Amino acid sequence: MPDEMLQLPMVNSVLERHKGSAGALLPILHEIQAGIGYIPDAAIPEIAHALNQSQAEIRGVISFYHDFRTAPPARHILRLCRAESCKSRGAEHLAAQLRDRLQLDDHGSSADGSISLRPVYCLGACACSPALELDGEVHARLSAERLDALLDACREDV
Amino acid sequence: MSLYLSCDSLARAVGADAVASALASQDLQRTSSRGLYWLEPLLEVDTAQGRIGFGPLTTADVPSVLDALQGDPSSHPLALGLVEELPYLKSQQRLLFARAGITQPLSLDDYRAHGGFEGLTRAVTIGGDETATAVFDSGLRGRGGAAFPAGIKWRTVRATEAAQKYIVCNADEGDSGTFADRMLMEGDPFLLIEGMAIAGITVGASYGYIYVRSEYPQAIATLNEALAIARTNGYLGANVGGSGLAFDMEVRVGAGAYICGEETALLDSLEGKRGIVRAKPPIPALKGLFGQPTLVHNVLTLASVPLILAKGAQFYRDYGMGRSLGTMPFQLAGNIRHGGLVERAFGLTLRELVEDYGGGTASGRPLKAAQVGGPLGAWVPPSQFDTPLDYEAFAGIGAMLGHGGVVVADDTLDMAHMARFAMQFCAEESCGKCTPCRIGSTRGVEVIDRLLAAPDQNGRDEQVILLKDLCDTLQYGSLCALGGMVSFPVASALKYFPADFGLQSSEADQ
Repeated sequence: MPDEMLQLPMVNSVLERHKGSAGALLPILHEIQAGIGYIPDAAIPEIAHALNQSQAEIRGVISFYHDFRTAPPARHILRLCRAESCKSRGAEHLAAQLRDRLQLDDHGSSADGSISLRPVYCLGACACSPALELDGEVHARLSAERLDALLDACREDV
Repeated sequence: MSLYLSCDSLARAVGADAVASALASQDLQRTSSRGLYWLEPLLEVDTAQGRIGFGPLTTADVPSVLDALQGDPSSHPLALGLVEELPYLKSQQRLLFARAGITQPLSLDDYRAHGGFEGLTRAVTIGGDETATAVFDSGLRGRGGAAFPAGIKWRTVRATEAAQKYIVCNADEGDSGTFADRMLMEGDPFLLIEGMAIAGITVGASYGYIYVRSEYPQAIATLNEALAIARTNGYLGANVGGSGLAFDMEVRVGAGAYICGEETALLDSLEGKRGIVRAKPPIPALKGLFGQPTLVHNVLTLASVPLILAKGAQFYRDYGMGRSLGTMPFQLAGNIRHGGLVERAFGLTLRELVEDYGGGTASGRPLKAAQVGGPLGAWVPPSQFDTPLDYEAFAGIGAMLGHGGVVVADDTLDMAHMARFAMQFCAEESCGKCTPCRIGSTRGVEVIDRLLAAPDQNGRDEQVILLKDLCDTLQYGSLCALGGMVSFPVASALKYFPADFGLQSSEADQ
């Protein structure tokens, strides 16, 4: 993708800022993803060069951690908590509702690029389960009705 | 008239910001949360007798609450009376969470007005030897789950010569049912900073890291702001609290890998690598981050230190039972009516916690079990609820206290599904270094599937034997606690809830 090359100045300024900081690969990846939305392929040789590591090492780290993406995300990211506390309050019913309404599996993205689903294992909201995170914001004490309302709001925002 | 409303992320997740907007014209302070989460958003109002509360509020309730405040506040249907007289709170022994719900997280004045930095001052006065001795004598054990005596780690790192040593705070609180670390970092960040500064000047480490999971963005932001404030005020930097010693630190953000809560995987992650578990020895206290001596502790362990210094080791030891000394912030979660934080000395029973504090299930249905200590903890049936919450007592029933999280389930939760989920979670989060965990977790999912699909008793028997054997291999053959303890939720589900697996109780006992 040629437009990835346009992002390289941003990548290089992140690398410059972390020069000399020990073990900075995770902060570097987080900053690139926050700035661009994902880690573009074109960034990998630059990171490898700056850290004096192989590209395989950088790719290995990116693929190890669930948070890092190598493709642009959907407009909305919905992460439903599927851990024990939320399961004990009906998270599996909400997951079924999501799959059904969006016609997606648990890790899917809608074809129009409007919403991505991802499971998450604990948001620290366990005292008011079930919970989800939508675009970085946590919503707890979820019900089927509130989930529908949140999805409606996502749909309207196109 | 001052009003107080929590800015804790869970209070916000149930509507506190909307309530704050509705209160716009009032004199409102955003404080930490009391941890009485079932009452959030909880509005508190100063009166001559103390703070009175209203909750759980919605924006629709705000006008009537403001009206009631002009007349008889107790007439409001959501009036709770004096918050500190609520039995749930009044009966707690809040040492670590003494400021919870009272102070504003980023107000240094609030922190100092409520005992902040007394521990650091004391540590600077008495010096490193006596500080390390105080931590040792207090009986404090690691609060992350392993419960290793903190003082031994401190002495080891202090006694090890090296040009560079580190303090690492494990804030990768990934266990479902736990939120005490999050509450503390969001609500009382200076307490953690003070604890780490004391640790740094005591063991001779000049730099520290707080490794926070990415699922806690508000904790990350709050800590970063608090670090800047602490630095400006001389609590971090070249001369920590007037000690003449240097200590500084930074926040590092995880990236969604549960295994990074394991201390050696966390160290690899901090070094910019995949979070792969290291074989021990060498222990991190001797060769940790970047191969240097490193003191690794959970948030709550480090945050306990200022109080131990300020009040003395004996004060701390006077709480608790046996070898479990001090207080533990237990966290009530899942299908529970009164979910929240209960800080008590070790030794109360699980029944007191779940029934007296928690008020039973939120659904009102019969209680089936409680998983204590996170996803790697055992499912404890009600027949064992009289066990005291104490590290050794829980180990004695084949369970563990872990980080103090309790997830309650009613009779609709299918334990075979939960056992399968435990194996599936382990397969997803395994770092892959050791074979039992990497392969065994996937085989575990398959065995449970076959057990549930088995057409007759012979078929089931075969799979039960296999599953138990696999649990054994995982428990005794894995490198770290992920593979080593995934057998706890699986074996306990099988033992106490055989019917969920389609078994007669006699079959599961074989």
